[in-house]
Amino acid sequence: MNISKNQVAFEFREVTKTFGKIIANNKISFSVPKGSIRALVGENGAGKSTAMKILFGLYKEDSGEVLVNGQPQHWSSPRDAIKNGIGMVHQHFMLAETATGLDNIILGDENNTLKIPFLPLSLNIIDRKKAKIRIEKIAKKYGLSVPLDIKISKLPVGMQQRIEILKLLYRNADILILDEPTAVLTPHEVEELFTNLKKLKAEGKTIIIVTHKLKEVLSFTDHITIFRSGQVIGNIETHDATEEKIASMMVGRNVNLKPQIPNGTNIKGPVLNLTDVTLKDYKTKDSKRNLLNKINLKVSGGEIVGIAGVEGNGQSDLLDLIFHPQKYFGKKTSQTSSASGEISLLGIDIKHKKSSEMSNLIVGFIPEDRHVDGLLLNMSAEENYILGRHWERKFRIGFLQNISKIKKTVKKEMELYDVRPRNSELLASGFSGGNQQKIIIAREFGKDPNFIVAANPTRGVDIGAIEFIHQRIVEERDKGVGILLISSELDEITTLADRIIVLYEGEIVAEYKRNEANEYQIGLAMCGGLPQEGVRK
Amino acid sequence: MNIIRPIAATIIGLFLGLLVTFFAGENPLNVFLIFATSGFGSTYDFGMTLTYSMPLILTGLSVSMAFKSGLFNIGAEGQLTMGALAAATAGALFTSVPAFIAPIFAGICAALAGGIWGGIAGYLKAKRGAHEVITTIMLNFIAAGIASYVTVYLLKDPNTQNPQTIPISPNYKLETFAFFDSAPVSSALFLSVIVAILVWIFLYRTPLGYEIRAVGSNESAASTACISISKTQILNMFIAGSLAGLVGVGEVLSRAECFKLDFSPGYGFTGIAVAFLARGNPIAIIFSGFLFGALQKGASDLEIFTHNVTSDLSLVLQALIILAVSADGLWEKILSGKKVKL
Repeated sequence: MNISKNQVAFEFREVTKTFGKIIANNKISFSVPKGSIRALVGENGAGKSTAMKILFGLYKEDSGEVLVNGQPQHWSSPRDAIKNGIGMVHQHFMLAETATGLDNIILGDENNTLKIPFLPLSLNIIDRKKAKIRIEKIAKKYGLSVPLDIKISKLPVGMQQRIEILKLLYRNADILILDEPTAVLTPHEVEELFTNLKKLKAEGKTIIIVTHKLKEVLSFTDHITIFRSGQVIGNIETHDATEEKIASMMVGRNVNLKPQIPNGTNIKGPVLNLTDVTLKDYKTKDSKRNLLNKINLKVSGGEIVGIAGVEGNGQSDLLDLIFHPQKYFGKKTSQTSSASGEISLLGIDIKHKKSSEMSNLIVGFIPEDRHVDGLLLNMSAEENYILGRHWERKFRIGFLQNISKIKKTVKKEMELYDVRPRNSELLASGFSGGNQQKIIIAREFGKDPNFIVAANPTRGVDIGAIEFIHQRIVEERDKGVGILLISSELDEITTLADRIIVLYEGEIVAEYKRNEANEYQIGLAMCGGLPQEGVRK
Repeated sequence: MNIIRPIAATIIGLFLGLLVTFFAGENPLNVFLIFATSGFGSTYDFGMTLTYSMPLILTGLSVSMAFKSGLFNIGAEGQLTMGALAAATAGALFTSVPAFIAPIFAGICAALAGGIWGGIAGYLKAKRGAHEVITTIMLNFIAAGIASYVTVYLLKDPNTQNPQTIPISPNYKLETFAFFDSAPVSSALFLSVIVAILVWIFLYRTPLGYEIRAVGSNESAASTACISISKTQILNMFIAGSLAGLVGVGEVLSRAECFKLDFSPGYGFTGIAVAFLARGNPIAIIFSGFLFGALQKGASDLEIFTHNVTSDLSLVLQALIILAVSADGLWEKILSGKKVKL
């Protein structure tokens, strides 16, 4: 395809969108040329998602106009947008888990029927063969090979994403909007996605990426549009940009993404001690390897131990083992796995402790997935703040809750952690991801624990807030709190951790002190390529 | 907004229900008047409305309580049967309990019996993974079986042909208020209201009630916060069962003065509708229970005063009200002021 550089795929002209008193988009203007990759970056609530939802027909702008292919658009629903060649892959995929890839791609597309006479279109039989041939042709053209006859639930996330992209291409989308496309992918899948997107671009497609991850933005986009509090702050060419520059524009002040943090000095006794912990898995019969294999791990008060590793290499199992040891040790173990070895928390052997006994051990825990393990989404910020702390003396008078005290405490904490909006009665689901995370962190740090487990503490959190959360973690360490940090962000580990441990296939394959290894070496160890230096075990 | 919706739903439901009677060949206005007179026409009628309301408030609370931890209690009917049976048994056997404490003693027996009945379902759910909808329904049948065995074989009242137990000792009787003529309205009326308020306090102002709601909101997060899911579920079903069991107090101690087999016209099941109309709010249940009580009483005279409409109309009205209140999409559109596309 021959595309002149000057052709514009779409353009926003002074678009304003308000929700009640909140101005989500304030006279934003920018345009995206055809056949390019554009990143939209900005903190949570900066307006980038709203802008994309307007383009996709989910919202209607209050004023201003949006031009697609030079024509002002007046769409009332995504259906119109799709007809006009705009497609969107949402952060949480919109796929029917129990249907095959093929069925998901053709879902809602009525043109591919056998055209049996006298039968109305909606009752006609779908021509899967023809559809499949067409999909395979598209897949081949863009290098997006996927198994089409396997149920979605059995496909890895990267493949599911490809199916989402194929769904758009099948509907002849020319403008593809991807919301946080790398959030759930492994590093390898991310690489593949980039290759695919470049190929799509070469074929003349316009791609919009809405994201948080600056490093990725720099590696494969052409232009970057930066949003801040509902406005477009700037459009820059990617080759002129640096992480620091973008971050500063996003936040509106200088941001130090990689501060030099000295080692912890206030070292105290051990808070977590795992000796030869092995977790056997009975679920997958064919696999001989253990979920966790001979883990020896010690965390002392006053240090940050970081666990690096590609997700799914035993991190979740390790966490579950620490917080629910009764599930794995002892007689009444679950049928799917059992553990051996020694495990002590705050100096107490917890192998056979019940969950009610565990509650006496005060441990701060920032869970991997805040929606699953951290929050009561349909309950208020106040009620979320006291989760796990509801028996604390200061929050009750005898058998009654001390509501006024709870309200006061939560208001103070919201101020301290800059949780927005400052409405302690708002449901947890009403806060943005970053603010939800702040509520969890405020709650867990507020317990005054001696040991904190932080799993991906800054996932989906704004840059400004990341800096703050990191500061708080270091402050806690300097008070003598032991911290176990598990993160899929290697940057986060290398910035914060005093000691770095690399998990690969359930084993500790390497251990480094701060500044002892560079990201390349750690990355190699994470993928099972054992480096020669720095290996202890 | 929260209050507007159930009230509007009630009006819509009543309107549609009365419209149905038009097609059955009756004058809807006339039917409505019969309803009003039968429900509120005299102090006796009003008393009977209250009598029907009391059990519905309690079973509504029971269903709502279980729902707070994410459990669906279909077994209020069985639980109230066990509660009433226990109260009647206590009243018939322990005749020497002094009068000032006897009703309380019977009440405790009723709550315990209902609680155990609910607790069994809770235990099976928490420890054995048996779905509470199945177990509570099955426990309803078992309760009915036990009740008829006790009534027919163990405590049969020899002075009557009816399947009912020996009358309770006078110590247990709750005085009925003269104001309501012969309607059996006693201090048990206050019990329902007080219990509703206590349930609200328990759920929204105590750490234990908080745990129940936390489990209902997100089991995984609650368990991460060291809340025991199984303990909470068992406790929750016990409390839910005991609330239903308390129906026995009013029904036995002031109304029948014995246990009558099949005394309940499905209070346990109507309780589901009562809880639903009130959206689970214990205070609102007082009002929705009263409304459903009034419907039940109001419909009772229909057969006498009309040719074509039977008392089953109250079921039609209940169903229509529930349909109206649960039409979520419709309400959102109405409340957001947009045009409704049907």
